[in-house]
Amino acid sequence: MAATTFQPIEPRAAPVATEGFVPWIRRNLFGDWKSVVTTVVIAALAVMYLPDVANWAIFRAVFAPTLDECQAARGAGACWGVIAKFYRAIILGRYPFEQQWRPELATLLLVGLLIVSCIRVFWKPWLVVLWIVVIPVFFVLMGGGMLGLTPVTTDQWGGLPLTIMLATFGIVLAFPLSILVALGRRSNLPAIRSLCIVYVELVRGVPLISVLFMASFMFPLFLPVGASPDVLLRVLVGITLFAAAYLAETVRGGLQAIPKGQVEAAQSLGLSYWQTQRKIVLPQALAIVLPGIMNNFIAIFKDTSLVTIVSLYELTGAMSLALNSDANWRPYKLEGYFFITLIYFAFCFAMSRYSLWVEKRLNRSRLR
Amino acid sequence: MSAAMPGRAPPKKREWSWRSGAFRGLVYQVLAVLVIGLALWFLVNNTLENMRARGIQSGFGFLTQPAGFDIGEGLIPYDALDPYWNAFLVGILNTLRVAIVGIVMATILGTLLGVGRFSRNAILRGLCYGYVELFRNIPVLLQLLVWYLVFTEILPPIAEPISVAGLFYLSKAGFSFPVPVWGLGQGLSAIGAVIGLAIAWGYRRWAQRQFELTGNARSLFLVPVAIVIGAALLGWILGGAPTAWSIPEPGGFVMEGGASATPEFLGVLLGLVFYTSAFIAEVVRAGIQSVSHGQVEAAGSLGLSRGQSMRLVILPQALRVIIPPMTSQYLNLTKNSSLAVAIGYPDVVSIANTSLNQTGRAVECIAIIMLVYLTTSLSTAAFMNWYNKRSAIKER
Repeated sequence: MAATTFQPIEPRAAPVATEGFVPWIRRNLFGDWKSVVTTVVIAALAVMYLPDVANWAIFRAVFAPTLDECQAARGAGACWGVIAKFYRAIILGRYPFEQQWRPELATLLLVGLLIVSCIRVFWKPWLVVLWIVVIPVFFVLMGGGMLGLTPVTTDQWGGLPLTIMLATFGIVLAFPLSILVALGRRSNLPAIRSLCIVYVELVRGVPLISVLFMASFMFPLFLPVGASPDVLLRVLVGITLFAAAYLAETVRGGLQAIPKGQVEAAQSLGLSYWQTQRKIVLPQALAIVLPGIMNNFIAIFKDTSLVTIVSLYELTGAMSLALNSDANWRPYKLEGYFFITLIYFAFCFAMSRYSLWVEKRLNRSRLR
Repeated sequence: MSAAMPGRAPPKKREWSWRSGAFRGLVYQVLAVLVIGLALWFLVNNTLENMRARGIQSGFGFLTQPAGFDIGEGLIPYDALDPYWNAFLVGILNTLRVAIVGIVMATILGTLLGVGRFSRNAILRGLCYGYVELFRNIPVLLQLLVWYLVFTEILPPIAEPISVAGLFYLSKAGFSFPVPVWGLGQGLSAIGAVIGLAIAWGYRRWAQRQFELTGNARSLFLVPVAIVIGAALLGWILGGAPTAWSIPEPGGFVMEGGASATPEFLGVLLGLVFYTSAFIAEVVRAGIQSVSHGQVEAAGSLGLSRGQSMRLVILPQALRVIIPPMTSQYLNLTKNSSLAVAIGYPDVVSIANTSLNQTGRAVECIAIIMLVYLTTSLSTAAFMNWYNKRSAIKER
């Protein structure tokens, strides 16, 4: 036997790294020639324009509420001083200055309750009781006139509290109505079904602004001679009726997702129609459509900005009102718009994240 | 059926008792209709009484009276002495103009953004995501107001506009762009394009039938497009191939020549387009994601190229998911165009608002607004339902 010595073959090349920072960059920024071109073009645009934006927004901007500096920097830098000067008027509207703790407290209460209502552990009967308690407390705090609080008429309410109030009460009051309408639309009784369909399609076919015009110009005509409810109340009724139609469609989506077997099983147990809906169908359906309800809430939250057009000064209106009141500061409206944009965005973005989170949780239970 | 069939109950007599579900249903319905009817009667009665008490006149008779206010822009000639119905017509056309242009632009931008979310480039992906999250979380009214502010405050005055290649001008007076001088050639070209469209449609049907009969695939896109372009070109050449363009030139106070879009129109348009395209991007993304990956792999294993599998496999299936939410986005855009009243673009709501303030006929003016939007919404919904049915899965 010939002696064979061990001859090592060439070592195999190390596998191409696919994990880590550099491979990620290579794959996601320079994957193919199209990707390379995109990266280069975007980088070039950023180098060209970002410095201008940064200069305007930060480096040459004026942060102190001094008019002279703002006027000197006009055109070159932003005047964030306008916000430092007017932020109270923008956020709280025309509410009397020394009473402003009241809208602050009332809004905190409302937002706190909203957050609590979003957490599933707290979905208990006492939550409904809490809502029934907090709603009058909110109005007493805002309106005053009892418990030694100075009365503040609703035309002085404004800013963020009004925005949050209109959106929250719009949805909360629309909720029971929308469940009835959604059930009615799936009912076997033709007259009730057609009434619900007509209501939903009529309201969804017209813009919110026409509903608000109706609330503002026509509701006073609808009521007995002499009765003239507050404009805020009228607008709230309009928003509620509007939101209920959209919410009803969302809830109907949830109702349709419940398998028929659930209803049949409930009936075979001897439950009546309302027992079936209350104990079997609605708990499942509402849990499914929670993200949808949240999206409705976001939509209404954004839509409350429209009440400006019928002279209620919520966040958007309060900003215009505050800056229009002073001719010197009026040129810095753009900065004011950016400020309230940020507020709207913060609220809506947080809510949409919550909605996504709920959706993921729901799917997790579905996937097993 | 004979009596020999077992287990079949004899036909029930109608039971007039509370224990019968049918009877209870009847009672509930009668009650519901009564309650709603009474409520409506109460409201109408109050309205009539209020109108009498306040001396408000009613009826649509005012529509034939002269309107007496000017309208900033419109597609048809109008002046302040024309009757109200003419003013409303101008408003309706303005609404439709901004809605149609907005829908086309938002669809293009939204589709690009939606597809961009699937890009292989991380920066592009991130930018598309950031755009969508930013623009859909800001109220559309606020966006409208900001754009309008940009046009009326930030842009340079008309005497020194921002110019692109001496053809396009941007200033406080709006956006000016060149247009061809309308003549015989352009007219013939448009007629040619319409005829070409008809021929192309016929060709497509013929080619499709040929494909089903013989299996020979003919181009269903390039040839029809070529037919349309060719027909339009033929008309243009027959008309003497005119090349005259009207180019805008900055005068002292107005733009001379060309065509212009007003700041009001642009404010409404840009606000609506940027807002709606964020939603359309999400619709498109969801549609593409809904096509299962197996479909793409199957297309690949059949030897289809990337483009072919996108066009023939993914898009037709994604479209089915996309169409219903896309319809509601189009309707939303149309309804949101009513916000034009906030920045003074003379759409139908704005005209109705002015008329309401002048004549005091709230019920009639608001009824006109609602009627216009209901008609648009319901007819769009009907058309999209028809289209949706056409592209739905053909099942047995």
